[in-house]
Amino acid sequence: MTPPGAPAALPPETPKEALRAPGGDPSGPAKPVPRRLLGGVAAPGFFARARRHLSFLLGAVLSVLLVLGAALSLVWAPYPPAEMDIPHKLQAPSAAHWLGTDNYGRDIASQLLVGSQNSIVVGVIAVGIGLAAGVLLGCLASARRGWVEELVMRAADFTFAFPALLSAIMLGAIYGPGLVTGIVAIGIFNIPVFARITRGAANAVWSREYVLAARAAGFGPWRITLDHVLPNIASVLIVQATISFATAILAEAALSYLGLGTQPPQPSWGRMLNEAQTLMFQAPMLAVYPGVAIALSVLGLNLMGDGLRDLLDPKLSRKR
Amino acid sequence: MSVFLAKRIATFLATLAIASMLVFAVLELLPGNVAQVILGDTATPESLAALEKKLGLDQAPLQRYLGWVGGLLQGHTVDSYSYGTPTAELIVERLQVTLPLALLAMALTTVLALVLGVYAASRHNRLGDVGVMALSQLGIAIPSFWFAILLILLFAVKLQWVSAGGFPGWAEEEGGPGGVGPGLRALLLPAVALALVQAAILARVTRSSVLEVMREDFVRTARAKGLSRRATLWKHVLRNAMIPVLTIMGLQFANLITGTIVVENVFVLPGIGRLIFQAIANRDLVVVRDVVMLLVAVVVVVNFAVDVLYAFIDPRLKAADA
Repeated sequence: MTPPGAPAALPPETPKEALRAPGGDPSGPAKPVPRRLLGGVAAPGFFARARRHLSFLLGAVLSVLLVLGAALSLVWAPYPPAEMDIPHKLQAPSAAHWLGTDNYGRDIASQLLVGSQNSIVVGVIAVGIGLAAGVLLGCLASARRGWVEELVMRAADFTFAFPALLSAIMLGAIYGPGLVTGIVAIGIFNIPVFARITRGAANAVWSREYVLAARAAGFGPWRITLDHVLPNIASVLIVQATISFATAILAEAALSYLGLGTQPPQPSWGRMLNEAQTLMFQAPMLAVYPGVAIALSVLGLNLMGDGLRDLLDPKLSRKR
Repeated sequence: MSVFLAKRIATFLATLAIASMLVFAVLELLPGNVAQVILGDTATPESLAALEKKLGLDQAPLQRYLGWVGGLLQGHTVDSYSYGTPTAELIVERLQVTLPLALLAMALTTVLALVLGVYAASRHNRLGDVGVMALSQLGIAIPSFWFAILLILLFAVKLQWVSAGGFPGWAEEEGGPGGVGPGLRALLLPAVALALVQAAILARVTRSSVLEVMREDFVRTARAKGLSRRATLWKHVLRNAMIPVLTIMGLQFANLITGTIVVENVFVLPGIGRLIFQAIANRDLVVVRDVVMLLVAVVVVVNFAVDVLYAFIDPRLKAADA
């Protein structure tokens, strides 16, 4: 049996690998395709090892539940999340309202379900910004070396002076609070993280013999980056993307809690916690559910990221 | 050594200078100007002109930037729009809550992380280790502001041992609620909330660092000459394992600062985080700017200090750099 979580976590790899895997490589011996890292996904035994990796399985299941929850809420939720029903306010969990209702009679379960969309959107866009720009800069630094590398790395160092949440708060204060400001701020501060990791991993690939062979065969830096560097550092990037996704969810929750992230009527876990805090004496459980949702999502993504690191690169895991 | 220090100091000063330009520029690039944003759409032209003059908007940007930085360095700042007092005064007043809170949280983090990390390493791959690691995964996943809310739920709502927030003040007055004891008590739960996540991360770093050092030859030598396991651990392993732990602690300081902003709001503590939040609500942008600049400066200073300290602990780094 295939583990339930694994396929959802892996598809980005499979098509590329399918292109590279066939034995008759048309490009000849000058471009041997190294398989160790990216190949790890499709290599025989990956699923067998994944199935035995308990924390990876748990993480994958939790992450898939998050995605499924968000997908389901696009087409169905028990109630419209913003629908008020004052006569039925602050109800205890029941068959009609699984997790009860808040002080406006809104259904908590529906708000939680629809709120998961937010977490996914924030994670995907914030990580997307960081991944796209960071990988580009990291590859550039690694391919060009010299002053380009120095410049990129100094800029990355510099960005660490601005904690992401603080910058999001500042931008929100000045350009008006909102989800977009928050996502962009979180995304920008993912760029140096990915740039550093890309450059470090890419430098290691550049020092390998097969890159030397490719250079001797006359291939330029961009060709080598696309053919050799990127496929070989993909697994490192996947792991970082998973962990950055979790960090983005945490940051969005904090921003929304402060009222600087997602704006009403769109439900968000962070804002639900803010609203619940005023009702702690009447309905303490309202302050528990959204936090559990955040914690489980972040836990799932972190476990999956750590698990992928073990599974994709056994060398790394042995060091830890 | 001097080459190393000079390089680090130069980077440090350059970082501060560029950061201040960025913070200043963010306000400059506003659509309209600061005075319009502060006063809103309903402002009369007279009040707008008065505030523009007060904020120095009639001067050239470069002049204003230099005036701002010069003022910050000497402690002279613009008056806050909503409080009517200089921002520096506001900040100093609020630091009396934030600084003790951050230090208390850092102390709790360090103690908790070292104890758990060393314990996990000494029980490597046994039940205690697995338990600590599982706990730390959970700790990393829990947002500090939610943990803060849970602490309030337990200790203020359920057990009613403490109040749900607020700060009595440090000053001890006859019949007043303030004083060092009550003040510290009010900061204890917020500090615990902040420390949980940080300690979870730091415990993992401590554990892997201790495990790494335990494989070194000098540890085997110490054991071979008859030193007990415990003595080896505390005398030889821990001292060497501290280097990466110290670096991570420096990096964590930035997280601690942003965490403080959120957690102060959960507990309604009159600190820097509460100040910036209220300033946003009041559109008091000069306060936002000056607080952000202060926090960024703190992060840069801490990173610089860790860098230098690190080199003192591990001389190999200096050699590599110089």
